[in-house]
Amino acid sequence: MREKILTFIEKNSRVELKELAVLLGMSEADVAGELEAMEEEGIICGYHTLIDWDKVTTERINAVIEVRVTPQRGRGFDSIAERIYKYPEVESVYLMSGGYDLLVMLEGKTLREVSSFVSEKLSTLESVLSTTTHFILKKYKDHGTILHQEYKDEREILS
Amino acid sequence: MRNPLSQTIVNIKPSGIRRFFDIAAERKDTISLGVGEPDFDTPWHVRDEGIYSLEKGKTFYTSNAGLMELREEICRYLTRRMDLSYDPKTEILVTVGGSEAIDIALRAMVDPGDEVLIPQPSYVSYEPCAVLAGAKPVIIELKNENEFRLTPEQLLSAITDKSKILIMPYPNNPTGAIMEKEDLLEIVRICVEKDLFVLSDEIYAELTFGGKKHVSIATLPGMRERTIVINGFSKSYAMTGWRLGYACGPKEILQQMTKIHQFAIMCAPTTSQYAAIEALKNGDADVDGMRESYNQRRNFLMHSFREMQLPCFEPFGAFYVFPCIREFGMTSEEFAFALLDAQKLAVVPGSAFGQGGEGFVRISYAYSLKKLETAMTRIAAFIETLRNKA
Repeated sequence: MREKILTFIEKNSRVELKELAVLLGMSEADVAGELEAMEEEGIICGYHTLIDWDKVTTERINAVIEVRVTPQRGRGFDSIAERIYKYPEVESVYLMSGGYDLLVMLEGKTLREVSSFVSEKLSTLESVLSTTTHFILKKYKDHGTILHQEYKDEREILS
Repeated sequence: MRNPLSQTIVNIKPSGIRRFFDIAAERKDTISLGVGEPDFDTPWHVRDEGIYSLEKGKTFYTSNAGLMELREEICRYLTRRMDLSYDPKTEILVTVGGSEAIDIALRAMVDPGDEVLIPQPSYVSYEPCAVLAGAKPVIIELKNENEFRLTPEQLLSAITDKSKILIMPYPNNPTGAIMEKEDLLEIVRICVEKDLFVLSDEIYAELTFGGKKHVSIATLPGMRERTIVINGFSKSYAMTGWRLGYACGPKEILQQMTKIHQFAIMCAPTTSQYAAIEALKNGDADVDGMRESYNQRRNFLMHSFREMQLPCFEPFGAFYVFPCIREFGMTSEEFAFALLDAQKLAVVPGSAFGQGGEGFVRISYAYSLKKLETAMTRIAAFIETLRNKA
């Protein structure tokens, strides 16, 4: 049942409690209880809105940065990851397998802002060995949703 | 000049759904809940295999019965999901949609004068196909009080010494009715006793809800040798436009069906056959996801009907609900047209599926929740006006 709730609200967190209960064939109290429990257990970590910012402002830029670091004795990658994710401009941080260690996703107002973050803050951290910065030019699909696409019902009538 | 037309075909009425929607389509801003096909796109990995087959130049005919790899996958699928077992070499025929399978199965099995028992309301093709095959259709009117299931009494009273084939249209379009194992066992007893063959149209077999898994009549004792099972990819994998279905059954019958298919069609579309292999191999999760979406919409509609106190039995199959509109003192066609005029909402009159559907309308939930929500607001407003007038 939890998975059903999560699958639904992952795509539409604005659904009303009452409606969600009807759709899943559960009682409202049960759904509310599960939601609360999952919030407490840290399974549901937030309710966000997917926004195509390109349509609102040009004052926004996203970058993906590959970071190679030296892990620390006893703490591995966790402490350096923490140093990085604490910056508010950092959107997400992942530990990766392969040619680099941390994948950092960043949001800034201008190209200059992002590059100064990388050169002044990120690269100067002691355990950071190198960084490779990629700027996002256009978002086609985000969080499973295709941006710039209108749904059109093209089914024709037949018998 | 002589009349160029065959009287048989001239005498067959065109589909009632078509007539209604030709009118509905001319009106602006109409919301339609009329379409009987999934609103989902074919899963991308399935489309991708179709494209890949074209890139590789797989553009030739296949064997008449269909690609052997596809037939083998169909057999595996039927064993895995439906508990059915067939020989891919001799007992399966890949067809152009389930519709072709219905047509050729009837043509392969009846002679002039034979009677075909057709429970209605049901899909609009059975009756004309029976007529075109030279048989006499005998209609059994299913009842709301039985949740549109076929009862042994109804079947017995329709049987004559000419009866040869019983069509089993479950899970049912337009009612959403299903037949559970206990219901089927009584029908099975009569079929064996009266030596009836069964054409079981199981195109909606993957779409059953509320924990009620579809039971194929061919799995029941004594039925495999007298049943043609029809299924396809349109509804379960959202592949309507690919035109791909199949029939399975005893090889003596399949052999003759393959003959008709060979002369009339040659083979089902090759691209679609390659895509279908992928659907069967890796598509179970897609089917599960779509089923869950349909079930949520079904729950929503049933809840809405309860709130507006519109009587509707709970359907456990396909993607239709079939509410009763008798209280308004209109025929289902009058109701549908009035609803279209007043609220710009198109639903299909139940009478389009046979006289047994009079007094009901078919609402398809192969639409987004958002659209269904708007539609339910409109229908609630409409019936409230009707009730206030009365």
